[in-house]
Amino acid sequence: MGGSSADVLARRGEIMKAALGFDYAVFERSPIAFDYEGLMASHGLTIDDVRAIQRAAGVGGTPIIELRNLTDLVRSYAEPGFGARIFVKDEAANLAGSFKDRRASVSIHVAKERGYEGVIAATSGNYGAAVASQAARAGLKCIIVQEAFDSRHVGQPEIIEKSRLCEAFGAEVVQLTVGPELFVVMLELLEETGYFAASLYSPFGIAGIETLGFEIAEQMRELTGAPPTHVVITHAGGGNTTGTARGLRKAGAHETKVVSASVDLTGLHMASDTDFNRKSFTTGHTGFGVPFATWPDRADVPRNAARALRYMDRYVTVSQGEVFYATEALAKLEGLERGPSGNTALAAAIALARELPRDATVVVQETEYTGAGKHHWSQLAFARENGIEVRIGDPADNVPGTSIVIPERPEQIAVREIDLDRLRRSYVRNALEHAPEGYEPTPEDVAFLAEDSHTTPAAVERVIEELRAQA
Amino acid sequence: MSGQGACKQGDWVEVERVLLDPSERAAGLPEDTARQPLKMWVKGFARTSARVGETVEVETMTGRIVEGALTDVLPGYTHTFGRPPAELVAVGRDLRARVAAYRAKEGR
Ligand SMILES: Cc1ncc(COP(=O)(O)O)c(C=O)c1O
Repeated sequence: MGGSSADVLARRGEIMKAALGFDYAVFERSPIAFDYEGLMASHGLTIDDVRAIQRAAGVGGTPIIELRNLTDLVRSYAEPGFGARIFVKDEAANLAGSFKDRRASVSIHVAKERGYEGVIAATSGNYGAAVASQAARAGLKCIIVQEAFDSRHVGQPEIIEKSRLCEAFGAEVVQLTVGPELFVVMLELLEETGYFAASLYSPFGIAGIETLGFEIAEQMRELTGAPPTHVVITHAGGGNTTGTARGLRKAGAHETKVVSASVDLTGLHMASDTDFNRKSFTTGHTGFGVPFATWPDRADVPRNAARALRYMDRYVTVSQGEVFYATEALAKLEGLERGPSGNTALAAAIALARELPRDATVVVQETEYTGAGKHHWSQLAFARENGIEVRIGDPADNVPGTSIVIPERPEQIAVREIDLDRLRRSYVRNALEHAPEGYEPTPEDVAFLAEDSHTTPAAVERVIEELRAQA
Repeated sequence: MSGQGACKQGDWVEVERVLLDPSERAAGLPEDTARQPLKMWVKGFARTSARVGETVEVETMTGRIVEGALTDVLPGYTHTFGRPPAELVAVGRDLRARVAAYRAKEGR
């Protein structure tokens, strides 16, 4: 590395083309617009094909469990007639312990079919274990590149546990200190090995998540006679929201409201060596959730197949303390020890269920496995060791990186709404900024931006005019 | 960097390597990150014997050869569940009581 970083980055396009086995350029329509549905259909797999691939891979078909005790807890303090039924899809039942197995299974299937010798993914999260597990089953070699340590060689216990699990599945784990140069390391490894890039953000990965939304609609029809009224989704890079929402639509669940939820980590810098270990969540947080929603094409592929803004009906945040509290409640009331990151949507669902009538149905769309390191006790102990105050109080007083406030009572769990119009505006600004200077958006571009941010062309035009007036 | 002080050829070990000196790091990093080197740790089978701190080549699980300073032999994991946080210990008891009280009131 070193002097060669710039050279490698300059070869980025051809490296990724070889490592993904197809060229994104054929989907580009203009400096702003591209054929999203064309990209998503390019693998030629129907949802039934994907389900068959996943069945063979030991992935999916996870149970939906009604959380009757938690529902009654919410009803005990909701207004009369309120307190929706809460369900959870137990994605921890997948082989490597999270919904990420769905994402990995399709990439590994494609890599195997196309004759790649191995796969590479850059991730510090559950996705690494998922890729390692699927690669092991398929007989493919696997390298996981992780941002694992701060400059003192201290790692988040959750990430260290993920290193361990990747190694347990036979992957080579490349552990790095904090910094975005991880991307260059990944490119160099792709070039050196000729392996397949099992990107989180390719159309293969997102196709793998569609089955999750599809199964939710199917299972809820069986359990309650209808698709759920609400699905709550722990949101970071946006694949979870995108794939689940697409799957719901493919199953005909057009009325279901898609609510994305992130842990609020406002104020912590994602590339900061000192902030690295002041985060008590490694995913499902606003540090990924907001930047990826407002500019998805920041990923490791030329065009991100995960485009959450297209699919969100609401985007809410909860605090770290509320998620730890919900995690403890899930274990003690429902006999399900999971998370904590994946329980972000659970904390949000507890708050949302209170606002909704009793006949509404809220599905928490995933769980993730827990264990030493990942467990909420470890996270809180680690937070304390890193100088973060942990106390009982009003979760509204939580300050990311400074204090974690555990609620005194469940009534205090509340969601904070993120204004989607504000996100749309910054998405449009980002799209214009990424186009060449002086480029005039065409009517087709405006139509694309409207679709990509789930709004009308007239609204996009208004934003463009406002941005112009400011400039 | 606990582990034993030296490895033999064929031992499962960890090596460390500096990939970028601070002066070579990407532009636009926060200052606290920019002043640190980018470091890497990789595990594999030692190709020769070495003492901790000495340079050694390893063959990784994918068969790649990586050179670095030996940091550990049979590197392991010590992460735990830890002690229960005092702030959470009563949550289960209290919530169970609330659900029970609610159901009693509803006559269930
Ligand atoms: C358990 C869990 N939930 C949710 C997410 C968020 O998914 P996405 O990044 O696709 O939004 C992740 C991934 O980071 C995860 O591991």
